[in-house]
Amino acid sequence: MRVFLLSLGLATGMVAALPAMTWAQAAGPLRIEITEGVIEPLPVAVPDFVAESPAAAKLAAELSRVVAADLTGTGLFREIPREAFISRIESFGAPVQFADWKAINAQALVTGAVSASGGQITVKFRLYDVFAGNEMGSGLQFQGTEAGWRRMAHKVADVVYARITGEGGYFDSRVVHVAEQGGKADRKKRLAIMDYDGANVQYLTDSASIVLAPRFSPTGDRILFTSYESGFPRIYVLDVASVGRRELPIPPGEMAFSPRFGPDGRTVVFSLTQGGNTDLWAMDVTGSGARRLTNAPSIETAPSFSPDGSRIVFESDRSGTQQLYVMPASGGEPQRISFGQGRYGTPVWSPRGDLVAFTKQNNGRFHIGVMRLDGSEERLLTASFLDESPTWAPNGRVIMFTRETQGAGGESSLYSVDISGRNLKRVATAGAASDPAWSPLQP
Amino acid sequence: MTAAIAANLAAARFPCRARCGKQGAEQNTNGVTDMNILAKGLIKGLILTAALAIAGCTNPDRFGGDKSALGAGANGLNGGIVPGSASDPTSPAYFQATVGDRVLFAVDQSTLTPEGRAVLDGQAGWLMSNTAYTAIIEGHADEQGTREYNIALGARRATAVQDYIISRGVSGGRLKTISYGKERPIEVCSEESCYSRNRRAVTVLAAGLGS
Repeated sequence: MRVFLLSLGLATGMVAALPAMTWAQAAGPLRIEITEGVIEPLPVAVPDFVAESPAAAKLAAELSRVVAADLTGTGLFREIPREAFISRIESFGAPVQFADWKAINAQALVTGAVSASGGQITVKFRLYDVFAGNEMGSGLQFQGTEAGWRRMAHKVADVVYARITGEGGYFDSRVVHVAEQGGKADRKKRLAIMDYDGANVQYLTDSASIVLAPRFSPTGDRILFTSYESGFPRIYVLDVASVGRRELPIPPGEMAFSPRFGPDGRTVVFSLTQGGNTDLWAMDVTGSGARRLTNAPSIETAPSFSPDGSRIVFESDRSGTQQLYVMPASGGEPQRISFGQGRYGTPVWSPRGDLVAFTKQNNGRFHIGVMRLDGSEERLLTASFLDESPTWAPNGRVIMFTRETQGAGGESSLYSVDISGRNLKRVATAGAASDPAWSPLQP
Repeated sequence: MTAAIAANLAAARFPCRARCGKQGAEQNTNGVTDMNILAKGLIKGLILTAALAIAGCTNPDRFGGDKSALGAGANGLNGGIVPGSASDPTSPAYFQATVGDRVLFAVDQSTLTPEGRAVLDGQAGWLMSNTAYTAIIEGHADEQGTREYNIALGARRATAVQDYIISRGVSGGRLKTISYGKERPIEVCSEESCYSRNRRAVTVLAAGLGS
């Protein structure tokens, strides 16, 4: 038995403190395990998928490239260059020559086949543990439209990732964000949605008004966001499929902003400003049942539900500076959870429920960080002139956020980072971008 | 033709579609007389146009701070009072250039400074004598802060201004507040010299009766 050990660089003591982040050692021989030590990406071979119909030749090659990009993009895998291959995969059903893949040190091998007919494609794949000389799990097959071929590649990569890491994948997901144009003093903003890797960009609003901080519903079919289109900040809900949107009717107040869905997909928690004072409210997405959750002269904003819907984490400056608090979802006495140096804002509860991601400001720098819900084990993952607005990947392993550069030419981009602080990288977007929100895995 | 230029100027200067559309329409009624009086030369016409554009959306820079157009207008007209220009004490241009349309705040604060209160005394006085105008007070923050918090902070600043002006006798029904947070800086450098000018509340006049 061979366990492929990989570290995600957790600080000593962190693993013991964060059992949910330690990937259990499972029965499978090929395994990426998070533990102490030096990270060494797992070498994987992803030969071009076999085209089983002439029309599928181009797609077969492209699909395998997307699968490889998904895997290597995690920082957990390293792709073996195809020039090194000794064997060719010419038939999906033929036996694999394990010796040829062992010789180039491929630990894992992903083979696949694509057939196309009448706008529909079928994608099959198998995952092999080369050194054990056997298949990991059984082969799977996905069918869909040719136009949706990238999604099928992401689904293949999600299964490969899940089988090797024991974690859910996050590749077949989308990211809604604010696409930006123009300089700081005249910035145009519009909502855009794209695949998690930046492909298939679609614009959801025009840039006539400021739009801010879009948030997905738990099923990814709707998006809450803030727009100034009425002249004042108001909350809108947008249907992703039809791109139709409507304004949520809110209680009297100057401004409503910072909305987020509860896990039931019906409850919306948001900030309402009345007489200059900003508090948290909740209401049904249909517009009924508006109720106040906080009642303080301080600023209460950036609310985020726990995955079970029972609690809300938010930021408040009731202590004099921005800090993080947790309270019951129905309101009630908040418990402060952030006690480190500096200011803490934009908390987001992780989909696993174990961590909260936040923005921290300290000594003129901004950080994205994570801490446990009792405020312990704070870890800063990034540092820059301006990092903010974290959002969680569906599996709770990766955080995407906004990074803005300094000065007159300052511009926003999306970045992602593993919760270990590793694998910081810029996310491909068509132009400047901010305020990302990661969807759940697509059905 | 001047009207068309005015419209263009207004459009170029005011990215905020909804509000400018509305205020621009209101202002056109206002502007007709002014234009008839003053259409006496191309240069004067253009100067006036600039002034009208300013009046049209009530704030020459909306989010900007360039007052050069106002200066040119005042100097170029030989000291005469040009209705609607900065030399006309009843004009929004005068409100901006002479009364002062904005107050500044310390980092993460919404407390009015003594200088700020003096400016607001002037604003209140002007609003008391020019009762045809309402105002929207826009609160802003510098870029050193998270987006949501800065929106809430801007609301505090705008409300501090609103409360003060009301305390000086202006009817609350004529005033509204909005916050842009850090979305609309007027200065773009990442230094305190710019931040200090971005931490502001701007009183933007609009023609029309209050609610």
